[in-house]
Amino acid sequence: MSQEAVNGVPCRGKVLTVENMNPNVKRVEYAVRGPIVQRAVQIEKELREGVKKPFTEVIKANIGDAQAMGQRPITFFRQVLALCSYPELLEDNKFPEDAKQRARRILDACGGHSIGAYSASQGIECIRQDVARYIEKRDGGISSSPDNIYLSTGASDAIVTILKLLVCGEGRDRTGVMISIPQYPLYSAALADLAAVQINYYLDEDNCWSLNVAELKRALNEAKQHCKPRVLCIINPGNPTGQVQSRQCIEDVIRFAKEEHLFLMADEVYQDNVYAEGCKFHSFKKVLFEMGPEYSSTVEMASFHSTSKCYMGECGFRGGYMEVINMDPEVKAQLTKLVSVRLCPPVPGQALLDLVVNPPQPDEPSYTSFMKERTAVLAALAEKARLTEEIFNTVPGITCNPVQGAMYTFPRITLPPKAIDKAKAEGKVPDMFYCMKLLEEEGICLVPGSGFGQKDGTFHFRMTILPPTEKLKVVLQKIRDFHLRFTNEFS
Amino acid sequence: MSATRVQLISPRTLRLLSPGRSALFLPGGGGPHRGGGGPGFRSLVSPPMSSSSSSPGRALSSLSTTRRGLPKPKMSDNGTTSRGKVLTIDNMNPTVKKVEYAVRGPIVQRAVELEKELSEGMKKPFAEVIKANIGDAQAMGQQPITFFRQVLALCSYPELLSDSMFPEDAKSRACRILNSCGGNSMGAYSASQGIDSVRQDVARFIERRDGGVPCDPDNVYLTTGASDGIVTMLKLLVCGEGATRTGVMISIPQYPLYSAALAELGAVQINYYLNEEKCWSLDIGELQRSLDEARLHCNPRALCIINPGNPTGQVQSRECIEDVIRFAAKERLFLMADEVYQDNVYAEGCQFHSFKKVLFEMGPEYSETVELASFHSTSKCYMGECGFRGGYMEIINMDNDVKDQLTKLLSVRLCSPVPGQALMDLVVNPPQPGEPSYERFIKERTATLSALAEKARLTEQVLNTVEGIRCNPVQGAMYSFPRITIPEKAIQEAKKLGQQPDMFYCMKMLEETGICLVPGSGFGQKEGTYHFRMTILPPTDKLKILLNNVKEFHQRFTQQYS
Repeated sequence: MSQEAVNGVPCRGKVLTVENMNPNVKRVEYAVRGPIVQRAVQIEKELREGVKKPFTEVIKANIGDAQAMGQRPITFFRQVLALCSYPELLEDNKFPEDAKQRARRILDACGGHSIGAYSASQGIECIRQDVARYIEKRDGGISSSPDNIYLSTGASDAIVTILKLLVCGEGRDRTGVMISIPQYPLYSAALADLAAVQINYYLDEDNCWSLNVAELKRALNEAKQHCKPRVLCIINPGNPTGQVQSRQCIEDVIRFAKEEHLFLMADEVYQDNVYAEGCKFHSFKKVLFEMGPEYSSTVEMASFHSTSKCYMGECGFRGGYMEVINMDPEVKAQLTKLVSVRLCPPVPGQALLDLVVNPPQPDEPSYTSFMKERTAVLAALAEKARLTEEIFNTVPGITCNPVQGAMYTFPRITLPPKAIDKAKAEGKVPDMFYCMKLLEEEGICLVPGSGFGQKDGTFHFRMTILPPTEKLKVVLQKIRDFHLRFTNEFS
Repeated sequence: MSATRVQLISPRTLRLLSPGRSALFLPGGGGPHRGGGGPGFRSLVSPPMSSSSSSPGRALSSLSTTRRGLPKPKMSDNGTTSRGKVLTIDNMNPTVKKVEYAVRGPIVQRAVELEKELSEGMKKPFAEVIKANIGDAQAMGQQPITFFRQVLALCSYPELLSDSMFPEDAKSRACRILNSCGGNSMGAYSASQGIDSVRQDVARFIERRDGGVPCDPDNVYLTTGASDGIVTMLKLLVCGEGATRTGVMISIPQYPLYSAALAELGAVQINYYLNEEKCWSLDIGELQRSLDEARLHCNPRALCIINPGNPTGQVQSRECIEDVIRFAAKERLFLMADEVYQDNVYAEGCQFHSFKKVLFEMGPEYSETVELASFHSTSKCYMGECGFRGGYMEIINMDNDVKDQLTKLLSVRLCSPVPGQALMDLVVNPPQPGEPSYERFIKERTATLSALAEKARLTEQVLNTVEGIRCNPVQGAMYSFPRITIPEKAIQEAKKLGQQPDMFYCMKMLEETGICLVPGSGFGQKEGTYHFRMTILPPTDKLKILLNNVKEFHQRFTQQYS
């Protein structure tokens, strides 16, 4: 198409069309907010307009958005945020002293004592100190430097930033990044956007979605034929697969990363969400340091955390941090420069993160209510994790691994060949066809497994375990009924 | 395996050393510059970041290749890993290395260090560091608008809705916002495009502002500050390789977000120069010159305008905007209008005209064809709520398929921060006459804007009394960008240190007076001219002292090097 105008008369085509836009952007896919969710939003609108449906509300079990599902925020956190937003409330005797004291400390660290000022691009210094102390406590005393902490706009922001630093080369020399399949589609989306090479390693569904180093090796060796693998991404506890990695497995991964000269990215945003008996969260940082200086002084790593998950579920605030370990100082200076262009992460999110890493202590007035709220949320999640696994495994044609951690179940579904053919005839991936039909018939919004990646010929969906227990039971029952009906219809 | 890797390393090294799109900036010396051209362009690059301020001129990026020779081998043999890092300055993303952002560059890093030294009791010729480098109003003591913060407190902790200390209009705004949040909580993700009801309020605000020109909430996207919207739009536009690579026209001087984003995206920066002699006005002849030159080596597709101007403070006339729109239509350019300072207009006879309004008043020939994105933010104007990272963009005449791609792209980052969205809602839907908070709101708003107007006048006036400093009127925005005369001896001294002369000047001012400014080279300027950017945000009394200190410093500096 000619870009020239003729005698000042503009021609009719758009300057920016889908043909001439950034081709990397076109390759980006993000199923968690894909076509199913768009349809769910439409259906909600139709319901409001009085259109008759076989259900009265849409239940969105597609996204890990706890508060949208009715989870209450932690009172103490919100008290402090209110105090920070409107410091006149510091005079109000309705607020507990520890909330006021936290708010004053945060405000004192803000420019002009206001959360309306930009912070340092790396994040407010005293919050980075609190994060470092939190990590030290979590990891049994292994030291953490506030200089290695970068506050971020949710974990996603930091993950994309680290990937961005790592991408270079062209053709066979292009950076390759190893991600698990199934994966959280932020990774594939970011890699498409950055035009990096995605290297898939498969989790072992038959062994509770565990990670196998031989499979890492296979994936890496194959990838070396066509790109330069430089990064290994791990999500632990797993999203969408809910597994919790054993300490042994983490050691193996670290050894592998060292041998193969890979930068490790540990997505640990679900670190408080561990439910299964015998399972425990081990941070990559801790294991790395317990493996001795041969590893702890060489393996480069970034670990990510967020305010959006765990027991707080404060997704809307977009708070998060990353800790970088063994990063080359020159690269770190480049990282600091890069994040400065966006000025700073949202300050309310930084404040919230500070509360997460420095919650009320046993001798403080808010401690009891904080612990009560926190425990209630985590216990309910554990109960829902158990319930979900149990009910799904009673349905013929659905098999479900235990939800050891995180907030999702990723059951395998058997789809009759006729349904697969029907889907193909409609130009849909079979599990998308399944989920769309479930949405239309039951008002339940899930994400098809194809949005996360799965072994060829297998089908899954991701469902959050977040709806309140009573509602979750109804959802599970409806899915059960639907699955039986679906299987019947297409057999 | 190792042999293969060795082969893989060398072409990358060659590329790092070769000129062209993937070449590195040569700092300080005006190295190969894409899209240069124009009247004697001097490198936009301020002296590179230094990892330790004691050697401020030390290059991190390009020098490393020469300093260390070839990259160290990084391969492993039989599981024994060699010592090199996986990620080094030599093998990291080359486009990231090219990014520069002077507003938070070496001067600011030194300022932070100085603050630390002061707090540790170190003796300095000043008692405090004054940061006039960044448009951060509340950090300079500006008070937030009470109503906005009341509503945000209510949204954060809805138990306060039963508290009688909050006015009814604040409560009703908070309820409305919470009702449109998932689970009635700001802690839930919003739709990726932004909360529906907030986008509706934005659309009504735009309609009111533009005298009734319609605005569709579907065209409004809430963003994480305006920067996020700008980078996202640029990202959509970038494609092609070599001579077909997307070129983007930006003003010089510019706000360095633009050059930073273009460097990162590997797009071609096309400089057009604002006319300093005519109060930094924009001249179509200059747009044409720079476009014609750029067409020889890239595919110019977008034209960015900042109005009111940053760092230059000019306010565009309606006629000039019409000319720009005609130019964009004729040359088939996507228009990006950065209008974050739309309430910050001080000079008599100046008025803010939105590109959208002018576009629609030019009739369907333009309003139905010219593609435009306009950006706004909660960070500037009278509210100055930078920390909340609120903002929006309105897109006009965007191809529907591209819009779908935009929506999809934004969904990957889930949503912009919800407190920032809530704040944006209050900015576009402030207290109305008849509501209990109206008077207080207007009083606070007027006080801030009139203080800014007074400080704009004061800054121009005082700086123009200094021999060797010449300053255009600050018609709008929040900055003065005066031209400074630097004696030849000082220029030589700077070169010896490997610094830009205006960086040398600003660094010396910081060390001697504690005043933190940004050198003009961080924004771009005509070769052989020197400037600095200073915000007009310090409280009036402090600003007076600051201006006086700048004056004395300049005189001392001039004397020392003459």
